[in-house]
Amino acid sequence: MQALTNRGQEVSRKPMSFMERLYIPAILKGMAITFSHIFKKKPTIRYPEEKRPFSPVFRGLHVLNRDEEGRERCTACGLCAVACPAEAITMEAAERLPNEENLYREEKYAAKYEINMLRCIFCGLCEEACPKDAIYLSETFAPANYTRKGFIYGKEELLIPNPKTEPEAHAKAKGL
Amino acid sequence: MTLLAFDWALLIEKLALIAVIVFGSLGIALYTTFAERKVAAVLQDRPGPNRAGPFGLFQPFADGLKLIMKEEIIPNTSNKVLFVLGPGLAMTAALMTCAVIPWSSHVELFDRKIELQIADINIGILYVFGVVSMGVYGIMIGGWASNNKFSLMAALRGASQAISYELAMGLSLIAVLMLSGSLSLKSIVGEQMADGNLWNIAYQPLGFFIFFICALAECNRTPFDLPEAENELNFGYHQEYSSMKLGFYLFAEYVNMIMSSAVMACLYFGGYDIPFLDESTLAPNIAALLGVGALLTKIVIFIFIFMWIRWTIPRFRYDQLMNLGWKTMIPLALANMLITGAVILWKAGA
Repeated sequence: MQALTNRGQEVSRKPMSFMERLYIPAILKGMAITFSHIFKKKPTIRYPEEKRPFSPVFRGLHVLNRDEEGRERCTACGLCAVACPAEAITMEAAERLPNEENLYREEKYAAKYEINMLRCIFCGLCEEACPKDAIYLSETFAPANYTRKGFIYGKEELLIPNPKTEPEAHAKAKGL
Repeated sequence: MTLLAFDWALLIEKLALIAVIVFGSLGIALYTTFAERKVAAVLQDRPGPNRAGPFGLFQPFADGLKLIMKEEIIPNTSNKVLFVLGPGLAMTAALMTCAVIPWSSHVELFDRKIELQIADINIGILYVFGVVSMGVYGIMIGGWASNNKFSLMAALRGASQAISYELAMGLSLIAVLMLSGSLSLKSIVGEQMADGNLWNIAYQPLGFFIFFICALAECNRTPFDLPEAENELNFGYHQEYSSMKLGFYLFAEYVNMIMSSAVMACLYFGGYDIPFLDESTLAPNIAALLGVGALLTKIVIFIFIFMWIRWTIPRFRYDQLMNLGWKTMIPLALANMLITGAVILWKAGA
C-alpha cells in the first residue's frame, strides 16, 4: 500500500531491555523535563489586569457614532438591519424637531435602536452596510449579564459619549 | 494527696507541645494544599492560584470556607454512624503519627529541660506503623458506610494497596532497625547524628528507595492513587461525601504526606540533624530551633518531591500495582534485608 505521507514511522515492537523495564531512567528523564518547566516563561495573560492586543480590524461590541459636533450620525435608514444575517438589529425612526439640530445630524434619526447581543454574530456586515458611518464595531468584548433582557442593548449602551459635553469619556471610548 | 504529687508542669508542657504540633501540622497541611496547586501550575507553565490575597496566599482559607459552607449530605441508605466516623478516623489516624516524631533536641525554659517530642516511646516506629495501618479503616469505613458499589470498590482497592505495600515498607525498615538496634525514633536519629556515623541513606540507599515508593502508595499519591479514579470508579471512596467531611478526607491525605515525610527524614536523613555542623557546640535552645528548621526543610523537600512525581508520571493499572508490590518490592526488600544482615555479621566477625 502506498503511504499517504512520507512522515509515517514504523512502530517498534521489539521487547524492552532490562533498563527499559525498570522504568526508573525514563521516570527520571520525565521528572527532569517537568522540573525544567519551572523556569520556563509562562504564556498566561492575566486577563483583567493585562489584555491581549487586538488587531485594528477586531470586531467587538457595536458603537453608534457621533460626528465632531456631537450629533448622532444614524438616520435610521435600516440598511444595517437588512444586512444583518442574524436579524439582531431593530430600530424605530423619528423626525427631527426644529430645536434638535444640535442632537441629530439629519432630519431623520433613530428614536429606538436595539441590538440583541445574543443573536449578533459579530460579522461586521452592519458596519459595511452603513452609508453614514454611524455604526462600527469596537475592540470591547465579553459582555456579561444576569438576564437575557440585559443583552438587548439600546441606545444608552451603544451610543458613544458626546465629544462636546464629555470629551474624556469620548476619548476613552475611542481608545485614545 | 498522692494524686496531686504529680509533675503538673510536665502535663502543661506536654499539652502545650501537643497543641503546637497538632495545629502546626494542620497549618502546614493547609498550605500543602496550596503548594500542591502552585507546584502543579509551575510544572505546567501556569501561574496557579493568585487571586486570593498577595500571590494567592489566602487561597487555602477560601477553599476551607467553601468546603464548610457546602451542603452536608448524608445519604439516607448509608450507615449514619459509620458514615460520620469514617472521615474522623482518617483524620485522627493521620494526626496521631506526630506523637512520636522527634521534632528537635530539647529546649531549656524556666529551668526545665523540655524534649521537643510528645512521647519518646521505645517502640516509636512500631507505633507509627500501627497508626498508619489504622488509617486504612478511615477509607474502608467511609467506603462501606456510603452503601455505594463504587465507593466500596475504591475502598477495597485502597485497603488492599495499603496492606500490600505495608509489607515491603516493613521489610525495608527492618534493615534500618538492624543498623540502629532501636525502635525509638529519637535513638535512630541520635545514631545518625553521632560522630563518625553517616545518615542512614548512605548505608541503605535501596532500602530508602523501597520505603519511599511504599510511602507514596501508603499516602495514595500518584502513581498509586487508585482509590480515586474518575474513569472507572466515578470518584473514589469519598464519592458520597460532601462539605467538610470530604474536606477531612482530602486533608487527611495531606497530613499523611507530611507525617510520612517526617518519618522518612527521621529514618534515613538524620531527622533534625544539620549536615556538617556539630550541634553540641551551640547553645541548646539555638540548636533545638535550628534542628526544627532542618527537619522542616527536609519535610518540605520531600513534599515537593511527592508533588513533582504526581505532576510528572501517569498512574499504574491495578494489576500492575499489585505486581509491583508483591513481585518486585517485597523480594527487593527481602534481598536488602539479607544483604544488610550479612554485612553486619561480617563486620562483627572481622
